[in-house]
Amino acid sequence: MSTNKVIHALYNDDDILMDAVKKVKGEHHHIEEVYTPFPVHGLDKALGLAPTRLAITAFLYGITGTSVATWLTWYTMIADWPQDIGGKPSFSWAENMPAFVPILFELTVFFAAHLMVITFYMRSRIWPFKEAENPDPRTTDDHFLMEIPVHNNEEELTALLESTGAVEIKVVDKH
Amino acid sequence: MSGHYESSYREPLILGDKSYHDITEDIARPIEGKANRNWYIAFYISLAGMLWGFGCIFYTVGTGIGVWGLSKNIGWAWDITNFVWWVGIGHAGTLISAVLLLFRQKWRMAINRSAEAMTIFAVFQAGLFPIIHMGRPWNGYWVLPIPNQFGSLWVNFNSPLLWDVFAISTYLSVSLVFWWTGLLPDFATIRDRAVKPFQKKIYALLSFGWSGRAKDWQRFEEVSLVLAGLATPLVLSVHTIVSFDFATSVNPGWHSTIFPPYFVAGAIFSGFAMVQTLLGVMRKVTNLEAYITRLHIEYMNIVIILTGGIVAVAYATEFFIAWYTGSPYENYTYLSFGAEAGAYGWAFWSLMIFNIIIPQVLWIKKFRRSFVVSFLVSIAINIGMWFERFDIIAIVLSKGQLPSTWWRFEPTFVDIGIFIGTIGFFGVLFLLYARTFPVIPTAEVKTILKSSGENFKKQREENNEH
Repeated sequence: MSTNKVIHALYNDDDILMDAVKKVKGEHHHIEEVYTPFPVHGLDKALGLAPTRLAITAFLYGITGTSVATWLTWYTMIADWPQDIGGKPSFSWAENMPAFVPILFELTVFFAAHLMVITFYMRSRIWPFKEAENPDPRTTDDHFLMEIPVHNNEEELTALLESTGAVEIKVVDKH
Repeated sequence: MSGHYESSYREPLILGDKSYHDITEDIARPIEGKANRNWYIAFYISLAGMLWGFGCIFYTVGTGIGVWGLSKNIGWAWDITNFVWWVGIGHAGTLISAVLLLFRQKWRMAINRSAEAMTIFAVFQAGLFPIIHMGRPWNGYWVLPIPNQFGSLWVNFNSPLLWDVFAISTYLSVSLVFWWTGLLPDFATIRDRAVKPFQKKIYALLSFGWSGRAKDWQRFEEVSLVLAGLATPLVLSVHTIVSFDFATSVNPGWHSTIFPPYFVAGAIFSGFAMVQTLLGVMRKVTNLEAYITRLHIEYMNIVIILTGGIVAVAYATEFFIAWYTGSPYENYTYLSFGAEAGAYGWAFWSLMIFNIIIPQVLWIKKFRRSFVVSFLVSIAINIGMWFERFDIIAIVLSKGQLPSTWWRFEPTFVDIGIFIGTIGFFGVLFLLYARTFPVIPTAEVKTILKSSGENFKKQREENNEH
C-alpha cells in the first residue's frame, strides 16, 4: 500500500469534531490537516499547532515603519531642503519632531498592517489566482474534514473514526 | 454544548431555528438570486446621480474652481464640508469591526461587513473632494514625497493637510485589507457553492484560494486581532487629524483644543447613523431579518446616544467659551449668539434640531428598538452632521476679522451637483456590493450560533444547562 493514501473523515458539528480530534490524537495517530468552515475555538491547541508568530512580525514591521518615517521626515525637512515655514525654521529633527508625530504614527500603522497581512498571505499560500485546496466543497459550508495519512492501518483507522461520530469516511489517493 | 454557554438574560443575536447550513443559504441567497425591481430602481437613481456628479466634476476641472460658489474669503466650503462629512461616515465601519472586536462584542458580527464596506465607499467619496479641489487633479501625485525635477522640493510634513493625506490613505488601505481578509473565507463559501462556471471562476479569484486549514484559521484570528489593535488608534487618529486642518489654524472658532475628541465623537455619531440608514433598508431587501435584529439596532442607538451626548457637550462648551472670552471675533463663530441670530441662523438651528434635539427620542426604549424611528432619526443625524461641518466652515469663514471682507457663501449648481454625485456614487457601490458580496460575515456568524442562536439558547434552557 502506498503511503500517499489518506483518510478523509467528515463531521457535521464542531463539538463532535473537537472530541474526535482529541480521541484520534489520544490514540497516537498523526492528523495531517483539518479543514473547517469557521474558526473552531481550541482546535489549534488540540492539534498541537505551534502558536503563530504573526503578531511579532507586525511589531517588527511597525518599528520599521517608524524608522522609515523618521528618516523620511529628517531627510526631506531637515537635511535635503530645510525651510522656514510659518516662522518655525527646520534646524533639527528633535525640535521639529512634534509636527511629525502624525506621520510617524500613520506610517507605523501602514507598515505593520500591510506587511503583516502580506506575510499572512504568503505563509498561508493565499493570493489571487491560487487554486483552492480544500478536498471537499462542503468544508466551507457546514462540514469539518479531518485528513489522516494511512500506513497499512486502514481498517483500524476507519473503525476509530466511525466511533468518533464521522458522518462520512473516504479513503483517497493524495497526489 | 456547555462550552457555548451564554447567559439566558442576553437576548439571542440570531433568530429562528438556524443551522450552520441555513446561515450559508441565507447569506448566499441575495448573491445567487436575481435582483428585484426595487434594487433596479434604487440602482438607476443612484447611477443617474453619479453621472450628474461626474458631469459637474468634468465641468469643474475643465473650467476651473471658479464655477463653485467660493471667493477669496471662503476658499473652501461645500467641498471640505462634504469631505469631512464622508470621512466621518467612514468611521463607523472600522469602529464596529476593530473596537468592538477588541471588546468582544458578538453583536458586531452581523453588521461589521456592511459597515466596513460603507467605510471604504465613504472614504472614496471623501477622497474625491480634495483631489477635485486641487483644480489640476493630474498633479495630485505632488502630495506624495517623491523625488522630482524641482530640485527635489519636498512636501511639507509640518502641514495638517499633508498629515491628512497620510492619515486618509493609511486608513483607506488598512480598512480595505482588513475587510478583504475577512471576506476570503466567505468568498470561498460562495465559490464552493457556485454552479455557474463563470461565477465559480470569479469567486475562486476573489477568495485567493482560501482552503480553511486549521493553521490558516489560527493565523486568520491572530491577524484579525492585531489589525483590530492597529485600526483602533488609527480610526481615532484619522478624524483627529481631520480636525487639525481647522484646529491648527488661527481662526477664531477653529483654533480650538477640543476639536480632536469632539470631531471623533461626531464622526462615530454620524457613522453609526449611516449604518442605521443602510441596514434598516438592507435587512428587509435581503431578507436578513434573522441576523440584523432589533437588538442590533438598539445597541447601535445606544452608541448614538453616547456619542451624540459627547457632541452636545462639545457644542455647549464651544458656545459658552465663545461668550465667556468676551472677544468680539468669537461672536461670529459657528456656535455663538452672533451665528444664532445672523445670516446663517437657519443653519445654526438645523444643526441644533437635527443633531441634538431629535436624537433624544432614543432615550425611550420603545423608539430605540423601532426600525422606523431608528431610520428616521438616522436620517436626521446625517443631515445634522452635514450642517455641523457646514456651520464650522461657512459661518466662520463668512465673517473674517476685517468687516470689509465679510461675504456670504452661496453654493452653485456645480457644488450641489458634485455632492449629489458622491451620494449617487456611494449608492451605486453599495448596491453592487449588496448583490455580489456576502453582506454578513458567514464564517464569523457561525462561530456565535451555538452561544447566541435563539434555538440553541432555548434548548439549553429546556435542558436546564448552565
